[in-house]
Amino acid sequence: MSAPTYDLGKLHGGLRLQSHKAVSTAQPIREVPVPSQLILPIEQHVGQPAQPVVGVGERVLKGQLIAEPDGELGAPVHASSSGTIVAIERWPVSRRNGDKAPCIVIECDGKDEALQTTPVEDYTSRTPAELLLRILDGGIVGLGGAVFPTAQKLMQARTCDTEFLILNGVECEPYISCDDVLMRERAPEILSGAQVLMHALQVETCFVVVESDKPEAIARLGEVLAELNDKRIVLKLVPTIYPSGGEDQLVQLVTNREVPSGGLPTDVGCIVQNVGTAAAVHDWILRNEPLISRVTTITGDGVASPVNIRARIGTPIEEVIQFAGGYTDKVRHLIIGGPMTGKSVTTDEVPLVKASNCVLAVSARPFAGNELPCIRCGDCAAVCPVQLLPQQLHWYSCADDEVKLREFGLTDCIECGCCDLVCPSHIPLTADFRTAKGRIREMADEKARAERARQRFEARNQRLVQEQEERDAELARQKESAKSAGPAAIAEILKRKQQAQEDDST
Amino acid sequence: MWIAVLTIATIALVAGIALSFAYGRLPAGEGGLVEQVNDLLPQTQCAQCGYPGCRPYAAAVVDGSAGINLCPPGGESTVRRLARLLGKEALPLATTIEPSIAVIDESACIGCFHCRNACPVDAIVGAPHFMHTVIENECTGCELCVAPCPVDCITMRPLS
Repeated sequence: MSAPTYDLGKLHGGLRLQSHKAVSTAQPIREVPVPSQLILPIEQHVGQPAQPVVGVGERVLKGQLIAEPDGELGAPVHASSSGTIVAIERWPVSRRNGDKAPCIVIECDGKDEALQTTPVEDYTSRTPAELLLRILDGGIVGLGGAVFPTAQKLMQARTCDTEFLILNGVECEPYISCDDVLMRERAPEILSGAQVLMHALQVETCFVVVESDKPEAIARLGEVLAELNDKRIVLKLVPTIYPSGGEDQLVQLVTNREVPSGGLPTDVGCIVQNVGTAAAVHDWILRNEPLISRVTTITGDGVASPVNIRARIGTPIEEVIQFAGGYTDKVRHLIIGGPMTGKSVTTDEVPLVKASNCVLAVSARPFAGNELPCIRCGDCAAVCPVQLLPQQLHWYSCADDEVKLREFGLTDCIECGCCDLVCPSHIPLTADFRTAKGRIREMADEKARAERARQRFEARNQRLVQEQEERDAELARQKESAKSAGPAAIAEILKRKQQAQEDDST
Repeated sequence: MWIAVLTIATIALVAGIALSFAYGRLPAGEGGLVEQVNDLLPQTQCAQCGYPGCRPYAAAVVDGSAGINLCPPGGESTVRRLARLLGKEALPLATTIEPSIAVIDESACIGCFHCRNACPVDAIVGAPHFMHTVIENECTGCELCVAPCPVDCITMRPLS
């Protein structure tokens, strides 16, 4: 028997980080009141932006479809509360590229009137395919932060030989605690959502995976599991190491199967869903509530009273911060997402979206320092959870060497930020890799474009040559026929001419 | 003596086999190099290098009659890549242009067909005496359609 690459459940690299989670888990989840204005970006998911199906001035109800998916990959957007559409315009949002994106703005009327919904049907009587289509209508996306449309992920998994459903409650990034409190308070809904997902996927094993630093959540899940008495669901503990909550890393930890480079967890028979996503699936399938609110952690030393809140999707961050007691004097930076993978924003006008698992207001940007030259210490390679060589990638991204970057697996980088953190020269490696990835994509696009242009050019030349040949052949044919017709044809023409003259004279 | 003869003969045989194998597997000399150079060019077919297309220019670069810095649509990055491939020094571009695409002012178009005939990649559609338009995704921005237009209704729009 060949030796396994790792011991069971062992992750390469990773870091033990200071968690900073206790400050926000002291209180239960608090409900943020419906704001006066909701800003709903039409692109809150991976894939093509949704297309608005409502017009300015139209009145919408809570839970009403306001933008439907367009193209193969996408998710619908629903109104988070009742009110009137006042604008469909570009608004500041938090995302990787560009600062503004098209948003549907709703002026809320405060009544929070819900759409009349069809009665809930027993999901077990539906076929998996029907259930998947139903999930698609709920606007549910991966709530761990990647916002991949859940229905499409499940559909893809259905086409593969999927054995395990893994519910991700690891939440390894510092500061974020929204999944932790969700598991403490809504464990029954999460596990019920897991059962729905298992029915939709037709899998017989579900692992609910929680990091060992969340004893309350583990205890609560254990209690509910005992009540539920569903033998298919297994609770698993993993050590507290960042980034064990990454999709591929979790699969590695739980099943000891390595997701291949450029592949998906379904290649090794697994599908990973966030616990929040499972709860959202429960709310949609068993209560007819689409994804219109989410739990978010508001924390950092720039916030007066850090807390976990449940807010409507589209609530401006500014109002959420006010709800958490407002800013302190120390605040300097606002980050949407965790300190490792989050994105800095320059304005708190941005809305809370499906992806926003954390709002971090801090006095100093975490892990920043003056950049110095690389000293080739190799610490980055030791911590890389994907076993890349960040140092080599750094040189190649400086040299803009696309071939080498591909060869050294840049596309497999999960942008976890571990290499940044350990770098004694404070080189912003992750940011460099992100731009390098963009450049690689651009180059590939350019190459595809050039190839297409070349094909069209060659096809055109071929066509021109063919047309010329056809013309020449036609000319030759005419000449030939004229020649063969010869004297008889000339006599014929002369005769006709003579006839015409005679007709004229008479 | 026979041992020496046999040893040398064996070495010659092994080397011969290895060389013939390498000849078959590795990209061939001139012709292969022209293809490699052509692959690095942007395939706009704009003829701004003075050759009637990208492939003729690639051939000229390989036989040394053209410099590597004559391709404006390729930009500095293409010059750098050519320099790396051919082991030459990267020269600054002779002329630079901004990437752009052609736009036909459809209200002014008289349907003369001249631009359609000039387009090297068939990116212009339209029948004689009817309005023409540019297929945005296929336009390479070569500017070859601008000059033939009798009513000057084609402009180049920079790609932002």
